Amino acid sequence: LLVLALLLSTVPGALAQEAVSDDEVNAVAKELYCPVCESIPLDVCGTQACRDWRGEIRAQLANGATEQEIKDYFVARYGDRVLASPRTEGFPLLAWVLPVVAVVVGGIGFGIFMTRIRKQPSVALAVVSAESNRPPDSDDYTARIERELRGDAN
Amino acid sequence: MSEIDVSANTNALAPETSVQQKKKRNPGVIAAIVLGAIMLVFLGWRLRDVGAARPVAGDPAPNINMAFFDGYEWQGVESADLNDMRGKVVIVNFWASWCVECRIEADLLEQTWQRYKDQDVVMLGIAYTDLDPDSHRYLEEFNVTYPNAPDLQLRASDDYGITGVPETFFIDRDGVVQHVKLGPVSQSEMDSLINRLLNQ
Repeated sequence: LLVLALLLSTVPGALAQEAVSDDEVNAVAKELYCPVCESIPLDVCGTQACRDWRGEIRAQLANGATEQEIKDYFVARYGDRVLASPRTEGFPLLAWVLPVVAVVVGGIGFGIFMTRIRKQPSVALAVVSAESNRPPDSDDYTARIERELRGDAN
Repeated sequence: MSEIDVSANTNALAPETSVQQKKKRNPGVIAAIVLGAIMLVFLGWRLRDVGAARPVAGDPAPNINMAFFDGYEWQGVESADLNDMRGKVVIVNFWASWCVECRIEADLLEQTWQRYKDQDVVMLGIAYTDLDPDSHRYLEEFNVTYPNAPDLQLRASDDYGITGVPETFFIDRDGVVQHVKLGPVSQSEMDSLINRLLNQ
């Protein structure tokens, strides 16, 4: 009777876990990385450690846990490094904000630079002159080449 | 000739223009420096997770703050620091239930604990990247009785720079690492190291 009661008590849990599909497990797993196998998302990693983690995800989904609750569980145990993408709160938020700020600041800086060049023709011409890298007496030089091509000695 | 004039003009204006540009560029430069500094701080914060180098013989043992598994406490306390064990020979063993090689040395570690636990020796198991139910099953499977704790936030494995499991650190009474063993420990190695550290 005791064995039967034990079996009956474990059946609902096992059935609930079977009801969770691999796709549902992998949808959460792809958001996580196991520290043992860096650079391999949890949903495709084949190590025993990662299989265990996917088993834990399946068990928690079967118990009604949400994706966020499962991620929070793994972060609490193993730290932020298990997340595929940084959290959008606290200090990790900088990972999202900094690139945007860098692009905006860079764009503004470039815009200011271009505006200054347009407003100061002398600067613009100086830049063009420097880029062309022609000597200031290029007219004389061209005339001399033309004379020599014509066959004039002087 | 006009180009020569422009060039001359440019040369004449160059110092003034340069000063003007320098003055106007300052806020941008400051913004870039501030942005760069913030990025460096963030990079440093991310690199914190990479962990320290593994201590070698002669290095002070990094402290470990352990919240023990239920039933695997040290001297009846739920949590302890490695510093609390100063004056004893401490053997820190990193393991995991999914680790095949850990199973090879599991019996040896428990036998060693039984032999030396009354001789100022503390054996500590630290479960690395393991799930609590799996850890408990493993500890029960091998009848482990020595203190064991999960490596919460992987702080201990970071501080000890471990690259896999099992890894075992032998720490003397002064809290200095005296030997590091990567892979399973043998009986003769274990006895030799413990006796040497006890007699120091």
